[in-house]
Amino acid sequence: MIDFLQTLIEYHIEEAASMILFGIGFSLLLLNRNLIKKIMGLNIMDTAVYLFLTAKGYVYGRMVPIMNSGITDPNAYTNPIPDGLVLTGIVVSVSVSAILLSLTIRLYDRYHTLDLDKIITEWRKEEDN
Amino acid sequence: MSRIRDNYENSRAAKFEAWLRGDYDPMSEGMEISVPKTDGSDDEIDPRAGLVISDALYDRHTNKALKRSGYVYRVLSVVLCLVMISVLLWMVQFLPKFGQPDNPANNEVSARYIEKGVEETGAVNFVTGMILDYRAFDTFGESCVLFIATICVQILLRIDKDDMTPATFRRRKESETDRLLEPKNDIILQRVSVVLVPFLFIFGIYIILNGHLSPGGGFSGGAVIGAGLILYLCSFGYKQTERFFTIRTFRIVSLVALITYCLAKSYSFYTGANHLESHIPLGTPGNILSSGLILVLNICVGSVVACTMYAFYTLFRKGDF
Repeated sequence: MIDFLQTLIEYHIEEAASMILFGIGFSLLLLNRNLIKKIMGLNIMDTAVYLFLTAKGYVYGRMVPIMNSGITDPNAYTNPIPDGLVLTGIVVSVSVSAILLSLTIRLYDRYHTLDLDKIITEWRKEEDN
Repeated sequence: MSRIRDNYENSRAAKFEAWLRGDYDPMSEGMEISVPKTDGSDDEIDPRAGLVISDALYDRHTNKALKRSGYVYRVLSVVLCLVMISVLLWMVQFLPKFGQPDNPANNEVSARYIEKGVEETGAVNFVTGMILDYRAFDTFGESCVLFIATICVQILLRIDKDDMTPATFRRRKESETDRLLEPKNDIILQRVSVVLVPFLFIFGIYIILNGHLSPGGGFSGGAVIGAGLILYLCSFGYKQTERFFTIRTFRIVSLVALITYCLAKSYSFYTGANHLESHIPLGTPGNILSSGLILVLNICVGSVVACTMYAFYTLFRKGDF
């Protein structure tokens, strides 16, 4: 167990942090009944994925991937591909949260609550009657 | 040695042929369709007509089964979350070490982008060269995703003028009062935004125009300009903002930007795929006017993102532009 924690802190602190963030977001998504907080949980999960991706591209002691004084040696720069992927991810997560929030507004208009359990109960009542 | 199927009628090939000809519906099998009776069904009594389901059935405190299922759900989700976090953390220790040059992610693809990037795209920023030249199609998809998200939010939040349901009525009233109370004449906000908004616009334009030279690009610069627009709207109200930004502006800017992006990139993909010369000068790497189409594409993406940010804000605030 001590070994496990030591490797985690010494070599994998970024990945471990991203996994814990992912877990926090997932538990928010499952356990919280408020729809807005569920969307927040989804956003935290997105952030964890970005952290993991950027951590995969980083190399110690290298420059950011912008050409500096004419050097085009691949061993001088960090990996540019995860950065582009994270950019895509950010755009998609912005769009998804906007659509989810507008759906939440519509649900609130109809049921006057943000509690998902209450919304499901109301909906079942409407279905049954 | 062909074997004649004796039950060809029921075989898959026959069904496929029938479906192709249009006289077989694969969904109709196994689906029970009850046609509602229209003639003389008035005397038939609906078996659920007199049934009244009491509210206690849905109440968590009186319905034991519901209470138990909620409890079980909560315990199971806690267990699931803990198991997932521990499994993920356990797997993390077997990953290659963080920040080492020989990690599998640093393979020949990124090496190729870095070695030939400046020469082929003309962009000093390798990330911009990658996302707006080698993988420009991906970025076009992103801009379209943003645009479609705006359209979806508009569809969901639109206030119908003829709709008289209470919820729509209430929201229409809210948006009207919001409109009447604007501008709120917050003197601090107005003074601060007089100073800040021009700088925000200039900073956003700087980020967009230097996207191929320094960190930044269309997405971040567009977000900065959108933030400036929102700040201006917050402090001066709709009347002032609508002098230069209405739904018409949003439509025109988004449409022109997306079509320019599509045409420019189609041209360069077409010439590239057919080994034709593209006649677009790459310029000297490091200058503002360099790197071919990347500058144009950055401006397109930036304007789409700025419009989208502003549109999200206004749509969420009053359901319309």
